[in-house]
Amino acid sequence: MNLDQLLNQLLTALTSISLLLLISIGLAVIFGMMGIINLAHGEFLMLGAFATLAGVRVGLNIWLAMLLAPLLVGLFGLLVERLLIQFLYGRLADSMLATWGLSLIMVQAVVFIFGTTTQGIPTPLGNFSLGQYSVSWYSVVLILAALLLISVVFWVFKRTRYGLLARAAMQLPEMAMSLGINTRRLNALTFAFGSALAGAGGALLAPITGVVPGMGQAYIGRAFMNVIIAGPGVLTGTTAASGLLGTVEYTASYVSTPFIGQAALLIFAIVLIRFLPTGLSGRWGKQL
Amino acid sequence: MFRFLKVREKRVKTASRFLILTMLLANLALSACGDSTKSATTDDKSDIAVGSLLDETGPLNIYGKPMADAAKLAIKDINNNGGVLGRKLKLVSYDTQSDTGKYTQLTTQIIQQDKVAVLMGGITSAAREAIRPIIDRNKQLYFYNVQYEGGVCDKNTFLTENVPTQQLIPLTQWGIKNVGPKIYVLAADYNFGQISTDWVKQYAAQFGGQVIGTDFVPLDVSEFGSIISKLQDAKPDIVFSILVGGNHIAFYRQFAAAGLGAKMKIISSTFGVGNEQIVLSSAESKDIVVAYPYFQELTNQTNQKFVKMWQDEYGKDYPYITDLAEATWNSWHIWAEAVKKANSLDREKVTAEIEKGLTWDAPRGTVQMDGATHHATFDITIARANDKKGFNLIETQKAVPPAFEQQVCNLVKNPETYTQFTPGQK
Repeated sequence: MNLDQLLNQLLTALTSISLLLLISIGLAVIFGMMGIINLAHGEFLMLGAFATLAGVRVGLNIWLAMLLAPLLVGLFGLLVERLLIQFLYGRLADSMLATWGLSLIMVQAVVFIFGTTTQGIPTPLGNFSLGQYSVSWYSVVLILAALLLISVVFWVFKRTRYGLLARAAMQLPEMAMSLGINTRRLNALTFAFGSALAGAGGALLAPITGVVPGMGQAYIGRAFMNVIIAGPGVLTGTTAASGLLGTVEYTASYVSTPFIGQAALLIFAIVLIRFLPTGLSGRWGKQL
Repeated sequence: MFRFLKVREKRVKTASRFLILTMLLANLALSACGDSTKSATTDDKSDIAVGSLLDETGPLNIYGKPMADAAKLAIKDINNNGGVLGRKLKLVSYDTQSDTGKYTQLTTQIIQQDKVAVLMGGITSAAREAIRPIIDRNKQLYFYNVQYEGGVCDKNTFLTENVPTQQLIPLTQWGIKNVGPKIYVLAADYNFGQISTDWVKQYAAQFGGQVIGTDFVPLDVSEFGSIISKLQDAKPDIVFSILVGGNHIAFYRQFAAAGLGAKMKIISSTFGVGNEQIVLSSAESKDIVVAYPYFQELTNQTNQKFVKMWQDEYGKDYPYITDLAEATWNSWHIWAEAVKKANSLDREKVTAEIEKGLTWDAPRGTVQMDGATHHATFDITIARANDKKGFNLIETQKAVPPAFEQQVCNLVKNPETYTQFTPGQK
């Protein structure tokens, strides 16, 4: 294998891993940390993509639109938490049904507003040569964005007072409440934060996929698998799981076919969850 | 978190029992409705129910939406011109939501409860194969209006869109002659993609080219990193795309983003059917070469009238009238013409009229039904996507017949055929 081929492989594999991380980090907070099975996660991604699209359409710079999209989806998440999710903490089956219904409503609402044939956003930045290979600059952006989001999550949960209180409210809600912490407010904020992360993922996806109302379906399965494999560690778990699953899928689809790639991913996940039922980070203690 | 699951188990069980009960009740209610409509007879002046099943939501709606619009417009046009047998048509349509499972359920419902005189619809071949056993069991007349992998030979089914011989022969031939001999095939991973790929291999060899690689892509894949890498390793002249659906649009975008357009050209038998050239930017779709029976840009008079009628109904800013939409329009009219000629809604009489080689002056040019195979003969045009979200026409082949089907299928001689032939099987 030549150097340029190796570098190209490495970069493409890293892009796959980053994509997996970007689509699941929001879910890691909402499902992994808060324990809400958010079946509308794919639609939160879709909303982020459409917010970016709408921004570009009204003439915003694409990067600015991508920055605003997570804020918008975060606000939407806050609304959803206040109107729907807050009544469903600890009610797993009910929250599944409610969020699934929410996902249907969101898809149809977007169909109403944007129609079914939607113009996407062309990938910005062009490409560069790597020996005889050419690579999209945007894949580098994706890798950097994944790193940035991990840092943001780390900073928020480890370095801010809100992060400390939020983790307390998740892990020992009764104790947190008896110490005078307003867990209701914290839950709402954490849900909004998770939604904003999903929105960021969707915004970053927008320029490399077709932005269509049903696009969430393509990601939700993989996002859930990733977060379940990750276990309770939002940061370490999700990063490790994305790295493992992304590498397995990319390698398998490169040496055989995308179909085998998907199959390999699923088999690998099943075997992993059989031997590590609490996920990769299950035994790492209550770390992030 | 997983502890919750156990505690909740009992409640879930009760909930699912309740759900099953509700569904049973709903079923009862539905079948009761079905019984009450049974009294409609054939010689009254009431509206004739005709059925359409299309994916108007979900990833396949990029195909289904324009087809559904075409069905509505065609019914309206037929009714404005006096309907058939002195009666108006009433369109019964359901959204199958890009879910093959829904087809099984809704086909039964539309036949047994709505009692439609004709059923049109199904988009993927998987959907068509879900519908076919049911319409054959119920002796229901059925039209399938989407290009597919070919070979269906079924007395109750008419297949009005192009088959591989009609599309892949001109396309492969043109590509090898004008671009180069080395072909890499990317196809959607189901029977349509796989059988089409076999055809491309055969035709490539026939015209002096070679398929140097193939990849089958599941419909829910939208990340093409590994495929872009493989293409760069293999260095083909032509990337032959038989990709399908909203997720696969990402391929063209990622292909353009990696700058591969300078190294190899995309030729596609599916690009454009789902308005891919609208979703993508013009820089991303420019130069992709396709072959279809219909383009909105065709200059004949019938098409000009058709485009005008369409834009009067749906607005001047309607993205693009797809090939499948035009095919849907044609099929409704072909059925209506056959009913008028047969002077009856009876399946056998209508079928016999179409089998006589019924012709229809379509926007694509003359469509002649091929009686023996239940397919159709029409012109095929090769075109290149331009930077204005449309196509530049390159060349047209006149009256291209469904050659493979004519070799294997004769429903006039062998009416009791309900099968699908594949290449290599005679």
